[in-house]
Amino acid sequence: MTALLEVSGACVSFDGFRAINNLTFTIGPQELRAIIGPNGAGKSTFMDIVTGKTRPDSGSVMFGEKSTSLLKLSEAQIARIGVGRKFQRPTVFEDQTVTENLTLALKAARCPWRVLIWRKARADVARIADLAAQVGLADHLARKAGELSHGQKQWLEIAMLLAQEPRLLLVDEPAAGMTPAEREHTTALLVDIAKTRAVVVVEHDMEFVRRLNCKVTVLHEGAVLAEGSLDHVTKNQQVIDVYLGRGE
Amino acid sequence: MLFAKSKPSLIVVIATLLVFSLVVTVLSEGYGTGVLSTSFIKTLGKTLCLCLAALAMDLVWGYAGILSLGHMAFFALGGYMIGMWLMYARTAEIVTTALAGGGLPATPAEIQDGITSQIFGVVGTSELPFIWGFAHSFPLQMLLVVLVPGLLALCFGWLAFRARVTGVYLSILTQAMTLALALYLFQNDSGLRGNNGLSGLQNLPGLSSTSQDSLSIWFFWASAAALGLAYLLISWVVSGKFGSVIRAIRDDEARVRFLGYSVEGYKLFVFILTAVICALAGALYYPQAGIINPAELAPTASIYLAVWVAIGGRGRLYGAIIGAAFVSLLSSWFTGGRAPSIPLVFGTLNWVDWWQVLLGLSFVLVTLFAPKGIGGLFDSLAGLHSPNRRGAPLGPNDGSLQEKEALK
Repeated sequence: MTALLEVSGACVSFDGFRAINNLTFTIGPQELRAIIGPNGAGKSTFMDIVTGKTRPDSGSVMFGEKSTSLLKLSEAQIARIGVGRKFQRPTVFEDQTVTENLTLALKAARCPWRVLIWRKARADVARIADLAAQVGLADHLARKAGELSHGQKQWLEIAMLLAQEPRLLLVDEPAAGMTPAEREHTTALLVDIAKTRAVVVVEHDMEFVRRLNCKVTVLHEGAVLAEGSLDHVTKNQQVIDVYLGRGE
Repeated sequence: MLFAKSKPSLIVVIATLLVFSLVVTVLSEGYGTGVLSTSFIKTLGKTLCLCLAALAMDLVWGYAGILSLGHMAFFALGGYMIGMWLMYARTAEIVTTALAGGGLPATPAEIQDGITSQIFGVVGTSELPFIWGFAHSFPLQMLLVVLVPGLLALCFGWLAFRARVTGVYLSILTQAMTLALALYLFQNDSGLRGNNGLSGLQNLPGLSSTSQDSLSIWFFWASAAALGLAYLLISWVVSGKFGSVIRAIRDDEARVRFLGYSVEGYKLFVFILTAVICALAGALYYPQAGIINPAELAPTASIYLAVWVAIGGRGRLYGAIIGAAFVSLLSSWFTGGRAPSIPLVFGTLNWVDWWQVLLGLSFVLVTLFAPKGIGGLFDSLAGLHSPNRRGAPLGPNDGSLQEKEALK
C-alpha cells in the first residue's frame, strides 16, 4: 500500500522552541489513525504543517500518488487537492444557514468567476439533504448556523468536511462538547469514512480512541514516541512515563 | 423572474427609483412645471451618484468586510478621466470658433496650441501633458474611466491582499493611497492642473445650445439608470454562492481558505469591481458638479462614504442607498445655510459649523446602539430578528439547549 501522506524529517521551531522535532508520519489512502499526546506535544502544529498554515523549517510533506509537495502550495490549494480539516472549536459561518454552509463546502469549482455563475443543480440539493441527514441536521437546513447548539455545530462542520470530499481528513477533537450518544455516532461515522479515505483524529479522550479501534501514534515533544495499537502503546514504558509524569 | 421573486426589496427599490425619477422630471424646470430648480435637480442627480458609490462601498465593506477608506479616490479618478475629455473637447470648440473669427481656417497645430494655452496657461505649462493623449476622443477617455481606477485597484489590491494585510491596517493603507494621490494631484506638474482642478464640466461639447435645465434632467436620468443597473448587478452578485463566499470571508477568512477558496482572489475581485463602479459614479457626478479638484480626494470624502453606509445599514444594499441619500441631502441642507441658527445663552449654534459634530455623534450612536443602521428598522417592521439565544451553551449533556432556554 503506497502512502497518501508522507511527512518526513519535519522540524518547526517558534522563537527557539522546537514544536516539531524531526517528525516522520505516514498514512495510507484508506486508513484511520488516532494521534494522542500530552499538551504541547505538537499535535496542532502537525496539522498546521499539513494544511499549509505553518511552513516547516526543514523536512518534506508529500501527498498523493504523484507525491505532490505540499510545502509550495497555499492553504487553499492544499484544500483543493484533497486535504480537509476540522478545527477543535467548531468554526462554521454563524450568520449563514446550514444549507449555505454546506453549499460553500460542496465540491465544485473554487475560482471567483465560476462561483459567480454557479447555480444549484438538483444533484447538489440532494447531496446537501443527504449530508444533513447523515449528521442529523435534516430539520435544520434553513436555520442559521449561529442558532445551533455546540454539538450541532460540530456535526455541521463534519458534514462540511464530507461535502468537500477530501482524500485526507484531519479531525481535531471531534467529540468535544458532544453528548455520549453523539460521541457514539461520531465514532461510527469516522470509522465508516475511513473505509474510503484517510482520516487522522487528534483526541485527548482515551475512551473515544479505544472505540475507534485503530492504529495510534503517540506524539511527545514534537516527535513520534510510539506507534501501534492502543494496547501496544499504552504498555510502552516511555508512553506511561510521559503520561504519568504529567499527571494524566 | 425567479431571481427577482427571491428578493422583494429589489422590486421595491427599482420601483421607488422609477417613481422618484418620474416625479422629479414632472416637477423640473426643463421638462415639467418648474417647482424644482435646476440646481436642486443637480443636487438630486449628484446624490444618486453618491448612492451608487455607497452601494459599491456596501459590497466591499458590508459584504466582503474590507473597510476601504479609499473608494472616493476611485470616484474622483473617474471624474478626472471624464473631465479631461469634457474640458478638452469644450475648449477645442471655443478655440476653433475664436480662430475662425480671423477669416482663415485655423491649422490643427494652431488649434492644439490654443487648447493647450487655454487649459494649461493657469499652471504655466505650454505643452500638453502626455496623459492628455486620449483626451480628444470620447470612447478612449471613457475606456480610461474604467481602466485607470481599475488598474490602480488591481495593483494596490494585489499587493495588499497578497501580503495578507487585513482589518485596520488595510484601512490605513487605503487611506494612505488616497492621501498620496491627492497630494500628487495638488502639484501643478501632475498634468491635471494642480489645485485648480478641471472646471466647466457642466457644459457638454456640441450641446452649447441645450440649456442646463434639460441637461440636468438628462444626467439625473443617467444617474438613476446607473444606480438601478448597479443595484441589479450587485444584488445578483451577492445573491448566490459568490455572496455566500464573500460574507464567509468577512466573518472568518482563515476558515474559507481551508475550504479551498483563494481568499485573496475574491477580495481582489470585489475590490476592483467596486472601484470601477465608484469610477463610473464619479464620471456621472462631476459633469453635474461642474468642477473637480484634488480636494475631492481628501481622505475625509472616503470616510464619509463609510459613515453613510454605516448609518444606512451595512450588509444590505438598500441600506447603503438610504444612508447615502439621507445623510448627504441632510448635509447639504445643514451646510447650505438653510437650517436656522439657534441662539443659545453663550452664543449662536451655527449649523454650518456644528453639522459635522452632529454627524460624528450620530455615527457613534448608530455604531453603538443600532449596528444595523436605518436599514435595521425594516427588519424590526418585518419582525425579523438575528439569532441571539443569549446564555452560554449548557455543555455536552444537555445538547442543544442554551442556558436561558433550559431555565424555562
